[in-house]
Amino acid sequence: MSQVMDPPAPVEVELRPAPPLDMRRAVRLGLAGGAAMVLVAATGIVATFQPRMVIDPIVPLGILFLYLLAFGFGWMAGQPPATLEGYEPATAGSRNVLAGALAGLLAGLSVGLLLILITVFDLRGVFINMSPELAEILGFGLPVAVAVIVIAVASAAMGALGGAIHLLSRRVRRTLMGALTAVIVFSLLTDLFGQLFAGLSLESVIDFLYTGRGGALTIIGAVAIFGAFIVLFWWMEGRDSTLRQRVQAMPKGQRSRWQIGAALIILVILYFVPRIMGPFVSQILVTAGIYLLMALGLNIVVGYAGLLDLGYVAFFAVGAYTTAILTSPQSPAFNPEISVLASLPFVMVAAAIAGILVATPVIRMRGDYLAIVTLGFGEIARILLNSEWLAPIFGGAQGITNIPDLQIGPLTFSTPQDYFYPVFLFVLVAAYVTFAVQKSRWGRAWMAMREDESVAEAMGVNIVTAKLSAFVVGAILASFGGSLFAAQIGSVFPHTFDIVVSITVLVIIIVGGMGSVPGVTLGALVLIVLPNLLREFSEYQFLFYGVLLIVMMLKRPEGFIPSKRRAQELHTEELSQDAWLEIYGEKGQAEHVPEEAV
Amino acid sequence: MPLLEIQSLNKAFGGLRAINGLELHVDEGEVVSVIGPNGAGKTTFFNLVTGMETPDEGSIVFDGQNVVGLRPNQILKLGMARTFQNVRLFPAMTVLENVMVGQHSRTKAGLFGAIFKTPSQRREEAEIEERAKEVLSFFGTRLAGYRHDQLSMVLSYANRRRLEIARAMATGPRLLLLDEPTAGMNPRETIELTELIGRLRSERGYTIVLIEHDMQVVRNVSDRVVVLDHGVKLTEGTYDEVSTNEKVIEAYLGRPAELGA
Repeated sequence: MSQVMDPPAPVEVELRPAPPLDMRRAVRLGLAGGAAMVLVAATGIVATFQPRMVIDPIVPLGILFLYLLAFGFGWMAGQPPATLEGYEPATAGSRNVLAGALAGLLAGLSVGLLLILITVFDLRGVFINMSPELAEILGFGLPVAVAVIVIAVASAAMGALGGAIHLLSRRVRRTLMGALTAVIVFSLLTDLFGQLFAGLSLESVIDFLYTGRGGALTIIGAVAIFGAFIVLFWWMEGRDSTLRQRVQAMPKGQRSRWQIGAALIILVILYFVPRIMGPFVSQILVTAGIYLLMALGLNIVVGYAGLLDLGYVAFFAVGAYTTAILTSPQSPAFNPEISVLASLPFVMVAAAIAGILVATPVIRMRGDYLAIVTLGFGEIARILLNSEWLAPIFGGAQGITNIPDLQIGPLTFSTPQDYFYPVFLFVLVAAYVTFAVQKSRWGRAWMAMREDESVAEAMGVNIVTAKLSAFVVGAILASFGGSLFAAQIGSVFPHTFDIVVSITVLVIIIVGGMGSVPGVTLGALVLIVLPNLLREFSEYQFLFYGVLLIVMMLKRPEGFIPSKRRAQELHTEELSQDAWLEIYGEKGQAEHVPEEAV
Repeated sequence: MPLLEIQSLNKAFGGLRAINGLELHVDEGEVVSVIGPNGAGKTTFFNLVTGMETPDEGSIVFDGQNVVGLRPNQILKLGMARTFQNVRLFPAMTVLENVMVGQHSRTKAGLFGAIFKTPSQRREEAEIEERAKEVLSFFGTRLAGYRHDQLSMVLSYANRRRLEIARAMATGPRLLLLDEPTAGMNPRETIELTELIGRLRSERGYTIVLIEHDMQVVRNVSDRVVVLDHGVKLTEGTYDEVSTNEKVIEAYLGRPAELGA
């Protein structure tokens, strides 16, 4: 870095005016937005979502979804360019609105074109979703010629609104967007909120906000939510510092008292969660918890040790089958019928053995090769469990049923609400292990191995032990997940342990933020809880996964809540820029120039 | 008895004999420079000594023990640590963590200790950190204070080289192998590093073998210079002896035209 750091003489530089907003970019974005809107319509999303009302009876989800795209692309088109060195910061003006409108117009015209196409030709032989019903929805039931104009105008208006967002001050913008998002969230998660209010015996709130339990928002309800969140976000955006910053600034004793207090409050709330949320939501939370447990384990293997394991589901299966064989009276080979709790030590041992079995052949493998081999292992595990050959032990395709409930002392866990607590406990343990190991001798050895395996070895890290231990720790965490899963469902079948489970767990940690416990938790909530709450759209679940992955990799490759170091790693360029600016200050004045620059 | 003794060492990559019958010894407390034109086999020599590559033939005896066939981490534990020609730090780890990893083979806490926070693990962890800071303090203010928690990838080039030396020092070696420690540094930094190599011996008591292209550095730090060419030791001796040796001049500059015919 020293070469570039010869400090320039501090001179007063006259700033050049900011370059105007690029209209060609708006055109490009408009066409991209058109493609996105046509895709959404042609895949049947609009038609499927149309009967679902967001605000009854004025805003149906299908059309809202379509025009939110126009809004989004208008917002992107109207975004002022980043301030470059030597230029004045760009100020937003009518040009931003215009760019948004232009993008929206082009997007709307694309949809209009699609509408004409659908009405003139019958394309249903190829595109089954391009039906007259779709034409009816897209055209608002108007004659085609009128409809095309209406679509173009509506889309341009949404685009212009998107562009106009940039004219607002940060506080207004964030308040408004936050409140609008809140309305949509409240409407989409109607099941969740319905259950929440019912659980709190606040049926009257449901009647006020929704057309019924699980129904759409009423107009009054939508307005009320919008208003409430406007007030909330306005206040939140107006504070000088966040609660987090204030807690950080406290003296140490007071800070730890606050943190302990907050932890206690969260624990108390979590204690009541399954009681209030009922079996449906609890079941989703239990499933998410089991995935989270696996994700935390895989996070150690992939995020810390850098060993891309694509057959992680095998360890989940080991846990589930070990518990099943040891506890179920239906276990074909031998059935000691011990309790689920007593099976856990055996599960641990079995997982450790499985971890060593998988790790041993891949000791000298790296990167892609390791990923392929582990992928093979995952499939081998599933096929063996499913095979006729091993059916006398694992029950083949019939699996093993009649697994007893988890019992701890006098407590029997049978309902999803009951299982929330043990799953949560295991997740806590896994999170603790993750934190504890990160700042330890082996944690550092794993990270060194991830960074550069041969150098790590030359610096004294025993690669064999490091790989084996990472696999074993990951395997044990996943196997606990499998064990809980088996006890909760009461039966295990080979087809459950599909490659999709491995992929989903991997996506959770990538999208959430590799190496970060809060990130992985959020990843599990977004990728497991949301799709389960929005089951009506399950047809499109993997489409949304795909879009989410692509957008995340382009815009935020480090994940939702990344670990600090990973964020830095993926943004080194910006960082070195920031470092440069920090050193030379805003006025070109050297503040703390490192010695080597002098 | 020399600290490092190498006898009839051979290593071939396909048809290329990278190291050819090399004999070399390094005594305790010496600073030995290995020089030679590009492709002379200097880095291969380091790779063989540190176990990153296995020799075809020959023996490498460190402190009375033959290290041929041992893994790099076992060799490091015996007391030989190296740096790399193209700096190879752990980029996404902090400065302090890089140095802490260096102590891996000298410490023993396991995963059990890390998870249950046993008193011995906590004590050891505190010691590792303290020792890492102590090693970094050897470089004055260069790698001190706020630098401890910076990721090593944001360091300047010269600081990366220093950190690599710090990481090697943290492994508790008796012999340091430095692969072109001044490559890519400016004259000021080179002078500073030359001084530093001197201090590594006088203050820390390391025996040092370094590969170096900068003849100023070689002259200023070495007790003895070994010249390699095409995997063969051309000669060895003090800097003055070696720099006037005809074979060495020939290897670097080529054979004069009238003799080459």
